[in-house]
Amino acid sequence: MSAKTSIKSVPEDVVQFLYREARLQDTHAYDEWEALWEDDAIYWVPANGTDPDPETQMSFIYDNRSRISLRVKQLKTGKRHSQTPPSQLARIVSNIELLDEAGDEIRVAANTMIFECNMRGETVWATRNEYSLRRVDGTLKMIRKKVVLVNNDKPIYTLSFLV
Amino acid sequence: MNVETPISQWSRLIEPGRVHGALYSDPAIFQAELEKIWFRTWVYVGHVSEVPNRNDYVTKSIGPMPVLMVRDREGEIRLLLNRCPHRGNAVCVIEKGNRSSFTCPYHSWTFANDGRLIGYAFPDGYQGVERSDLGLAQVPRIAIHKGFVFGSMAEDGPSLEEHLGGAIRAIDQLCENSPEGEIELTAGFLRHRTKANWKFILENECDGYHPGFVHASIFSVADSKIGELYGASSIAVTRDFGNGHTEVDLRPEFRRRGEPLSWFGTTPARLPGYVAAMEAAYGREKARQIMIDGTPHTMIFPNLFIAEIQLFVIQPVAVDETIQHVTALQFKGAPDFNRRMRQQTMGSVGPAGFLLADDTEMYERNQRGLLTRNPEWLFLERGMHRERDDEDGYRIAHSTDDLPSRGIWRHYKTLMEAA
Ligand code: FES
Ligand SMILES: [Fe+2]
Repeated sequence: MSAKTSIKSVPEDVVQFLYREARLQDTHAYDEWEALWEDDAIYWVPANGTDPDPETQMSFIYDNRSRISLRVKQLKTGKRHSQTPPSQLARIVSNIELLDEAGDEIRVAANTMIFECNMRGETVWATRNEYSLRRVDGTLKMIRKKVVLVNNDKPIYTLSFLV
Repeated sequence: MNVETPISQWSRLIEPGRVHGALYSDPAIFQAELEKIWFRTWVYVGHVSEVPNRNDYVTKSIGPMPVLMVRDREGEIRLLLNRCPHRGNAVCVIEKGNRSSFTCPYHSWTFANDGRLIGYAFPDGYQGVERSDLGLAQVPRIAIHKGFVFGSMAEDGPSLEEHLGGAIRAIDQLCENSPEGEIELTAGFLRHRTKANWKFILENECDGYHPGFVHASIFSVADSKIGELYGASSIAVTRDFGNGHTEVDLRPEFRRRGEPLSWFGTTPARLPGYVAAMEAAYGREKARQIMIDGTPHTMIFPNLFIAEIQLFVIQPVAVDETIQHVTALQFKGAPDFNRRMRQQTMGSVGPAGFLLADDTEMYERNQRGLLTRNPEWLFLERGMHRERDDEDGYRIAHSTDDLPSRGIWRHYKTLMEAA
């Protein structure tokens, strides 16, 4: 994370993008969520710390674009048992902060608090996220999303919704 | 008043073709298991590659009990119990690192990493006290096979080799797939928490009946040939090695295909570095045979599952809570292969994996199902009529049969009935 001397506010369309992504995840709008991604996408949920090397260390999720698509396809079969019935979800996205803006690309940080209710019971997840977004023909797309579960160094329950 | 002897209790709960649901849900039975299984038999603890250098350590467990696996100053692997002999504090709470001694944070007693007490604060207060009695306790027996470290809390009992019996082949077969004959665990663990009894996981590991159903979602969208290995027409077999060890032996299917690396869903052309290293190590013909057979799918009782490209460790926490620790296997000297094993492991297992999230969902539903009082029993008779002996005298049956569960429960009963 680069040290910034001036604090700039987060562009409004970026804020709206994050809220929209959250809503698509919470409502299991899989196709619309998948459409947010660019082809060079990385969807990363590390394990055992904030910044392990995903090329040598295990992550909970380390998806490229085609694996994101496979993940969505699996959810859409209706036979993904850990999402049948789907978790009921509501997440708060907050602490949105501009990290960097260069050309068409924007890096933003945000925290989320996710309430999940499924057959096991209720689980609260807390995450620190980092997004890299790209402006493409006037709309925002996601090229990288990193979700650091604050308890990612502990045993965690099944996490099969889109985090 | 309950006047049953323990023996009649276990016979009443465990029959050859069915077991009582209380075995998964009764907290008193869980406590009894800790004593009779987890603190008595050989338990897998870790792999030497997790502590490659002198003074490396990593926190591990035997059942719910925390253990430090260390390579001491002399280079010897030890299993220390992470409990200060003074008042019980943990002497180490950082998961892994490199240190030659551990200082207890409560009153500052300091232990060398071979367990000896080497210092305490304000020593004037300890006149006449024998320091050598106050070291960290150690797991009484430790044995290492090809880098796999096992511990037993029992002072005496069968050797590790006797305990493993025919299942030792799983470790050997796995290591043979490495061009240097060794595996390493260097990618870190994913830890998956489950509200279910540990034995549901133990039994599921070699249950070849469920994959076509539980994993239908991923088999239908990914082009994977795993599904057919567990179909009705599969010639793969389940095997009961005795002592609770079970496997699904997929080699008959892979030998029928006769294609190197088909077990891994790939071809020699896509892993030229690995294939060259294997041929250099074993010669062309032997390398070809190894690469056709692939790696095992074997559950070593009670907690080590070698799952082709992954290693799982089952850790019981409570009667209805278990942690699955899982990591990608890595073959020494095979970087191209290792990368693929990591990628496939991350895709398939752990809390977000395409496969394991659904298995784990099943364990939790099983556990809740036990609240239903009728029927009270779980049915394990599938394939009983077609059990037979293989050429080594181990019981085998079809890959979809309940033979592994029956073998596990037979051994479980012996352990629980033992004085
Ligand atoms: S409890 Fe460890 S020094 Fe007192
Ligand atoms: Fe499974």
